[in-house]
Amino acid sequence: MRKIKVTQIKDKVKKLFLKANYHINQDFLLRLEKALKEEISPLGKIVLKMIIENNKIASKEEVPICQDTGLAVVFVDIGQEVHLVGGDFTKAINQGVKEAYQEGYLRKSVVDDPVFERKNTKTNTPAIIFTDIVPGDKIKFTVMPKGFGSENMSALAMLKPDDGPEGIVNFIVETVRKAGPNPCPPTIIGVGIGGTADKAMVIAKKAIARKIGSYNKNEKYAAMEREILKKINNLGIGPAGLGGKITSLAVHIDYSPTHIAGLPVAVNVCCHAARHTEGIL
Amino acid sequence: MKEAIKITTPLYEEKVIQLKAGDLVSITGYIYAARDVAHRRIFEIINKGKKLPIQIKGQIIFYAGPTPAKPGYPCGSVGPTTSYRMDPYTPPLLDKGLKGMIGKGLRSKEVIESIKKNKAIYFATIGGAAALISKSIKESEVVFYEDLGTEAIYRFYVEKFPAIVVIDSDGRNLYEIEPPKYANQ
Repeated sequence: MRKIKVTQIKDKVKKLFLKANYHINQDFLLRLEKALKEEISPLGKIVLKMIIENNKIASKEEVPICQDTGLAVVFVDIGQEVHLVGGDFTKAINQGVKEAYQEGYLRKSVVDDPVFERKNTKTNTPAIIFTDIVPGDKIKFTVMPKGFGSENMSALAMLKPDDGPEGIVNFIVETVRKAGPNPCPPTIIGVGIGGTADKAMVIAKKAIARKIGSYNKNEKYAAMEREILKKINNLGIGPAGLGGKITSLAVHIDYSPTHIAGLPVAVNVCCHAARHTEGIL
Repeated sequence: MKEAIKITTPLYEEKVIQLKAGDLVSITGYIYAARDVAHRRIFEIINKGKKLPIQIKGQIIFYAGPTPAKPGYPCGSVGPTTSYRMDPYTPPLLDKGLKGMIGKGLRSKEVIESIKKNKAIYFATIGGAAALISKSIKESEVVFYEDLGTEAIYRFYVEKFPAIVVIDSDGRNLYEIEPPKYANQ
């Protein structure tokens, strides 16, 4: 067994949220620069230039890329050889989030009771934590400050097995069309297919954090990713929804086995402030 | 591309009706920032027939909630939040004299009709470009509902705030005009 102190977890989570909120990933910035070359709409080009400039300012000055510094989503892959010591795992993650948001001048956007009180917790906690137990003696964190302009455009369809690839493609493209300018395009479209309703959405969210523009290893799914991206970019929505060729930068599909009676499809939309980063303990 | 049109606040009808969907603008002067809860509270005040906390006539409301300002900065990062959540509260505010809104995203039919009726205007600025947009904010103060934290009503003094006319006072909507030009290209 490898012992890992929960204070190490707290420190790691804190560091990763600060990094994610200030510094956009380099591969994503390159993808935006490529999009600027591809865009033909004059307004779309202006928008993309502003987005690129914004990312550079945020990184240089270490200020938040977007004022919506999001709900703190944390995916944790815990090696089964790890023994956590020195306190409570969940509390440590929340403490890391709290310290990042309070000390890093990040916005606290969490309300406690979602319906009646809606009182701000002032710590941006609780975080949304997904854990997986995996082989090995390490812990891998993927943190994602998830803004709600794009999160609100998420959708789930419990399709029939016979709806097949065509049904899936139509549902995803229609979801993006209806969202229009709202989720801050150019977006990344995370798609989860299979599992249960909840499982599909978690897969969709995790797919957002894949390397930008990477394709599914299964060629049939990769072909569907390409087809959907093409159809989305034919909608004409464009950067900031002001018209153009670049509405989405990537479609990332992941999948899971499902029930004989079902074909769950979840869409989780990520705005162009595509903030996520990884770290290992 | 056209140069940005310089405008100052407060807004007057003579100026507003000259601005057309697609015009780039650069705004200088005081603007207010308010979002969900502040809108709901103002709406309740209007319904009760009481006095509004801010003088709304000719003003611009920016749908936004900033991050806390870093030491030495007048304001934290701040960009627009999605506007549709403010739709139910918007027509009464326009009837009270609100002239401009800055946000992002689609508006309801009712809001567009009210924009036409009141000769008002809806601007968008770029969602997610909050570090860049904050460079145009020179002063920031909470003027009402301090208890709401980031959702309070702020007053910003802005210089050359970048925005674009999305819905003009004739109801022309850039979100409907532009995308079809690039569809299926």
